[in-house]
Amino acid sequence: MNTPIRRLFFVLVLMFIALVGSTTWWTVVRADDLNRHYSSENRRDLLRGIKIRRGAIFADDGTTIAVSHKDSSGVYSRHYPLGDVFGHPLGYSYTQTGQTELEAFYNHELSGGASGTDDVLEQLIGNRNGGDDLRTTLDVRAQKLAEQLLLAAHPDDGGAAVVLDPRTGAVKVMASVPGYDPQRLDSPHELARLNRDNVNKPLVDRTVQFGYAPGSTMKLITLTAALDSGKYTPTSAVNGDNDVKISGVPLTNDFNKSWGNIDLTTALTNSVNTVFAQVAEALGKPTMKKYMERFGFDKKPQLDYPKDEMSAAGEYYKGRLIHATSRYVDVGRMGIGQDKLQVPPMQMAEVAAAIANGGKLMKPHIADRFVDSDGRATKTISPEVQSTVMSSQTASAITQMMISVVQSGTGTKAQIPGMSVAGKTGTAETTTGAGQKNNLWFVGFAPADHPQVAFAVTVKGVVGFGGDVAAPIAKQLIQALVK
Amino acid sequence: MNSPRNRELFALIPASLLVAAGFAAIFVSRKQLLGGLHGTNQISNVSLTYGAIFLAICIATHVVIRFALPNADPYLFPLVALLASFGLVEIYRINETLAREQAQWFVIGLLLFAATIVVFRDYQRLQRYRYIVALIGIGLLLLPRAFAPVNGAYLQIRIGSLSVQPAEFSKIAIVVFLASYLRDTRQVMVIASRRFLGLTIPPLKHFGPLLVVWGTAMVLLFYIRDIGSSVMFFGAFLAMIYIATGRLSFVVAGLVLFALGADLLASHVGHIHDRIQAWQHPFDSTLFHKAAGGSYQLAQGLFAQADGGVLGQGFGGAVLELPRAYCPTGQTVCSLLPAPHTDFIYAVIVNELGLVGAGGLLVVYLLVVQRGMKIATLARDSFSKLLAAGLTTVFAIQVFVIVGGVTKLIPLTGVTLPFISYGGSSILANFVLLALLLLVSEKARREA
Repeated sequence: MNTPIRRLFFVLVLMFIALVGSTTWWTVVRADDLNRHYSSENRRDLLRGIKIRRGAIFADDGTTIAVSHKDSSGVYSRHYPLGDVFGHPLGYSYTQTGQTELEAFYNHELSGGASGTDDVLEQLIGNRNGGDDLRTTLDVRAQKLAEQLLLAAHPDDGGAAVVLDPRTGAVKVMASVPGYDPQRLDSPHELARLNRDNVNKPLVDRTVQFGYAPGSTMKLITLTAALDSGKYTPTSAVNGDNDVKISGVPLTNDFNKSWGNIDLTTALTNSVNTVFAQVAEALGKPTMKKYMERFGFDKKPQLDYPKDEMSAAGEYYKGRLIHATSRYVDVGRMGIGQDKLQVPPMQMAEVAAAIANGGKLMKPHIADRFVDSDGRATKTISPEVQSTVMSSQTASAITQMMISVVQSGTGTKAQIPGMSVAGKTGTAETTTGAGQKNNLWFVGFAPADHPQVAFAVTVKGVVGFGGDVAAPIAKQLIQALVK
Repeated sequence: MNSPRNRELFALIPASLLVAAGFAAIFVSRKQLLGGLHGTNQISNVSLTYGAIFLAICIATHVVIRFALPNADPYLFPLVALLASFGLVEIYRINETLAREQAQWFVIGLLLFAATIVVFRDYQRLQRYRYIVALIGIGLLLLPRAFAPVNGAYLQIRIGSLSVQPAEFSKIAIVVFLASYLRDTRQVMVIASRRFLGLTIPPLKHFGPLLVVWGTAMVLLFYIRDIGSSVMFFGAFLAMIYIATGRLSFVVAGLVLFALGADLLASHVGHIHDRIQAWQHPFDSTLFHKAAGGSYQLAQGLFAQADGGVLGQGFGGAVLELPRAYCPTGQTVCSLLPAPHTDFIYAVIVNELGLVGAGGLLVVYLLVVQRGMKIATLARDSFSKLLAAGLTTVFAIQVFVIVGGVTKLIPLTGVTLPFISYGGSSILANFVLLALLLLVSEKARREA
């Protein structure tokens, strides 16, 4: 009878291994997801936050963006001394109204849930010294400036600006207007009021939550695919006449101009639609899809920001993301940013950053490091390559072409004396007819030879061209950030 | 010096260290505890004595074993003491009053343990009363039906301020019956079997009484809606039949029947259907916010485990209760994690001690199971083997059912975590189980 007993024991051992496995599943594999993404159901970190000092959040120069103070009854509450400057991308954190954006994403660290402890007693009773402080990469001055400039453009439907350090992926500016003052959102009433505001939509972070028609800035992706696949060179000639048929329907150029046979540099400099639409058609959907996805399209940005508060860049059909290879896609019009594209400004800033960084796209991040109450860095975010989008030769060829856009093409209003700027304009029509309102873009990087900043600026619902409205905003941001 | 009892005494050192360290840690952090049960997070220094009481109980039990069972397995009791100290520290952290009661239950448990050893010293006598034992087991299951249900199940009876869960004792009675019945019939069941459609069918004459007693127990368990216990009974039944006959086909047939029955019940019995739903979609918003029969408890248990991570939040680090200001209106007590001291104590342990602590706990349980199975292999007669293996299997499956339920490996059914969960019946019954295992061990090792 001992053999069946041994076999039975073996089965019981397997059952216990399964228990260790399922415990590991929740404490290791799914832990991050459960700690971060269920803040309204899982209120542990939030409740810990009222008893324990929640970590402060600082800008890159040490300016306090968010801090927790204890009141006379010993309960901590959150304060945002800069008011509405960092409503986005910081979000807010209150016990009554919950958490959003960066406050939600790093809730676990800020509330002390992630802190390691190093003496035995502390290990047994847990860390009670409060959460870790978060030092971000955000630049206060440039963020403020971006918001002022975007508002000054008087967009009907808001605007956004993203500035990245292309070498590291550090987010310097993540501005979205109209914004809101997080200090006031401790009241559920105020939260409900802002949620109902469908005109200004102040709670939407337009840099990552909204997709916009990218207009001609999309030509950078078509161009990357054209050069990096080896099918074209900057001097390849393509016919740039007006009314070339794309998918059976004639496509027009700005001012209905026919350019004849021109090379790709001239075509980018003057943003000739028919040239890039034909290039995209010649490259085909699979090649376009391949390069779009290398840039990060079809997926949510790999940003340290809650996934459910971001949207993916790409083609949308009946409200759902489809791939560039779908039969519903008009590849020629997609190649010039028309079709059914919806692209958040963060994605376009990543496109510029990848070109600026020799073809290597760095993962964007807002956090720089976490510091515990003793001043020790508990976690430092180090630069990480997200993908290699193109060869460095392709990147430098495109850089030259983008310099030409600013020197002699549609982006001349971004020129800065003594610094070469690489850029690309975009103008997507949102309404037609007299007083036509457009979605205006300017993306690029500077200084073109040793890039320190890569940016995307967009305003929605403004009369004019991207080069006239968005380029001057970008210019001032560059001047504020490049030393 | 190297006698089994001295080894036992030394093996008690880890348990005493754990109790001392655990109580000290909670005592130190008592002002910052994030809500115990019913808002009692103030712990007085008097309560430290419960730790001392617990250690005294361990020593007293050791003395009892030293005199009554000098040759019995030396590791079983220290392992159980380690489990109990784990549980006592966690319960102390959750609620001081409950810890005091738990310590009292340990005293009563010890008395029952000693009584079991004296009364059933010749445990082989139990075989003569097998049908009486079976009737007692079934009667115990039926008892709670006379009382009001708790959480939709008839699990407990209230006598004054005490609540008793008879199913805990009934599991031992059923195992005793099965062991004694199978000892007599195991050979004849195999020899007299006929093969039909590739299956071995045992003769109804011998299989019949077994099915009647076991079937009655199963029907009653569904009648009193205690699914967790019925899974334990079923598992023990299959394991013991397998050991008695060595025929895997009986086990396979049993599992197929179980799967069919489970499927039928899941689709036709409302509260079981709810359990399955909650198990499949614990984070579904509708199920999460459902007042009764939803997934709130399971989801909170999973959140608590995720909060614990690899190393845990430390003793006292789990958030178990919402502060009064954040309670829904009209409620004075609202718990973030319901039943932290009973069914969900494993989630609290993972929350505070992490994967490492919980893994250690599971290893201790597995060691208990290993000792139990060792006793079964060492035993000389079939009844002893079946009894030891059956009791050990019931014990192991009980751990599997609750830990598996809390970690969403299987649908959640409420049973206690042996020697750790708060609860008198559970502690008393498991002390009886321990006593029987040690009795079997004593006989086997004395004869060896």
